[in-house]
Amino acid sequence: MSQASIESAGHVGAAGSGLPGGGTSQSGAGDDLVVAGRAFRSRLMVGTGKFAAHEIMRASLLASGAQIVTVALRRVDLARLGEGDVLDFVPAGMTLLPNTSGAVDAAEAHRLARLGRAATGTDLVKLEVTPDPRTLAPDPVETLRAAELLVADGFTVLPYCSADPVLARRLEEAGCATVMPLGSWIGSNRGLRTRDALEAIIAGAGVPVVVDAGLGVPSDAAEAMEIGADAVLVNTAIAVAADPVLMARAFALATVAGRLGHLAGRAGPGAPTEASASSPLTGFLGAGPATGSGGGAA
Amino acid sequence: MSAPPGVFARELAAVDLPGLSARSQRATPTEVDALLRRVDPGGAGRPAPADARLGLDELAVLLSPAAGARLEDLALAARETTLRRFGRAVRLFAPLYVSNACLSSCTYCGFAKGLPVARRTLDLDEVEAEGRLLADRGFRHLLLVSGEHRVEVSADYLVAVVERLRPLFPSLSIETQTWSDDTYARLVRAGLEGVVHYQETYDRARYAQVHVAGWKRDYDRRLSSFDRAAAAGARRLGIGALLGLAPDWRADVLALGAHAAFLSRRHWRTEVSVALPRIKPSASDFPPVVVVSDAEFVQAHAALRLFGPDLALTLSTREPPAMRDGLARIAVTSMSAGSSTEPGGYGSAGTAQEQFSISDERPPAEVAAMLVRAGYEPVWKDAFPLVDASAQG
Repeated sequence: MSQASIESAGHVGAAGSGLPGGGTSQSGAGDDLVVAGRAFRSRLMVGTGKFAAHEIMRASLLASGAQIVTVALRRVDLARLGEGDVLDFVPAGMTLLPNTSGAVDAAEAHRLARLGRAATGTDLVKLEVTPDPRTLAPDPVETLRAAELLVADGFTVLPYCSADPVLARRLEEAGCATVMPLGSWIGSNRGLRTRDALEAIIAGAGVPVVVDAGLGVPSDAAEAMEIGADAVLVNTAIAVAADPVLMARAFALATVAGRLGHLAGRAGPGAPTEASASSPLTGFLGAGPATGSGGGAA
Repeated sequence: MSAPPGVFARELAAVDLPGLSARSQRATPTEVDALLRRVDPGGAGRPAPADARLGLDELAVLLSPAAGARLEDLALAARETTLRRFGRAVRLFAPLYVSNACLSSCTYCGFAKGLPVARRTLDLDEVEAEGRLLADRGFRHLLLVSGEHRVEVSADYLVAVVERLRPLFPSLSIETQTWSDDTYARLVRAGLEGVVHYQETYDRARYAQVHVAGWKRDYDRRLSSFDRAAAAGARRLGIGALLGLAPDWRADVLALGAHAAFLSRRHWRTEVSVALPRIKPSASDFPPVVVVSDAEFVQAHAALRLFGPDLALTLSTREPPAMRDGLARIAVTSMSAGSSTEPGGYGSAGTAQEQFSISDERPPAEVAAMLVRAGYEPVWKDAFPLVDASAQG
């Protein structure tokens, strides 16, 4: 069994206690991310794929300050638990979020999620239905079907989905605990190519919006948080960096910075300063006889 | 001449392979430089280039002697592309040879019909015993290999093998004869994940010369088998060309690239993997008609990676350790290790003829340790059971 506790929701555990080097991975007291009634201080979720070694993955997870870590069930080998399986390297205190990566339709995602629940004991599942191995783009139809199946089966469902405001609403209506729209294709490091759609999803969502996939550099995470995402999930950009541990810290700081920026409320974008001092084009309005307020009297 | 059957056969017939190969010979350093600038992702943290989707023309340039002069730059770009798509991870698998019985006569193969070699087909208990040895060595991905013998290695036999092995291996693939009936569908229902058939060479005339008799002689039957396998639900399709078989290796790599692109487009749910085995000494004593140098071999892999960033590239133990270790850092994403190419060879070597001699004799754990030292995670398991065992009899 994993060292990771799936009952560790809340403000406990070394993983959530802050960053090595004196930084903080959290935006402050009272600003928890709440997923299905469970509170998390960190708004950065991390993945476990593509790392050079399990030890580097573990160090990176710790450096990220993340409290939620997703693991592909296809990579878990129950025969090897305790002997170097990926789950053995997930730090104690982190909340495990098994994912259904590799599932090609709703029935398969459901079956895989049940295997995962039996193996890990958690009812949390990151739903991934990605029949196209090239883009790993989520299948919106099967994802919605799978969400309905999983919710009915008692799972707490966090679906990876297309950046589609209507689909996000439908997933929320189906009972999902979050929605996790993509910023760009998985592993592409292309940032928030779906920004307009993400803004619409965020504006309409009643559950946390977690921007998942495509965040290539820390500033991408900051941007997602600035536009109001509740959390981000990062994997490739950390795992494939020259120094994954340092990159994990960088993403932690960027996530906090973006969150604080969002909470602070940004100034209006790029308005010329003189425009607030006066109104050169419309200042004549109400300034005297030129104002034709008298209807047709002139 | 009538149009060949099969959608890809028609598509390939429209490709001017000799022309592309000549184009490759004429490519200039300036063209290579421009192409390298276009595909260079410039570091793992940088966005994937948006306009880097390459056509066969560009693949020809990447395979050119002019690009060969820029091999290190080519390898660097390929490495960055591989890292982004696949991460620092290499999947490991083992071949399990279940039979060397064969009804096809292929002049380059150690299993060819008529060769006076010791033949053996494993029974189900022997298959399981071999499987258990491989599972104990850590493997969870298994490739079942056989000669082409529809009686000794029948569809019923293969289904039984898959059913016997699936509790041990979440990922099972076959590399057997091609099938034209419902065999692929039966195998997929039994839990098969992948289907591997190498066309060996896409040069029809050369193909006819070396495939003398048997079902494998039918070029189009073989080429169209993937459409049947994919329609049956196979998730991984493996294609390959045997370098050294046809005189123009660049033409075969170009055809392989075209084939991979076709399969990726037409069967969008399947993962396509590509292999470029080089001819090895075997009981056939077949001399390669062209020797692909080590540098050209690396170039071909780097070129295919840049042409198909999503393609799995597979490398067998035919290649020696230095080449395998090197290509794992550039383009290869899937490797066999500790292979025996003889039926029953894991439990007791020397009872039957091997298909070819391997060049990397390191045990799997040693290959895995090499990958770790190179900064890669050896991935033993990257699959889940495809059939619900509890729902089966």
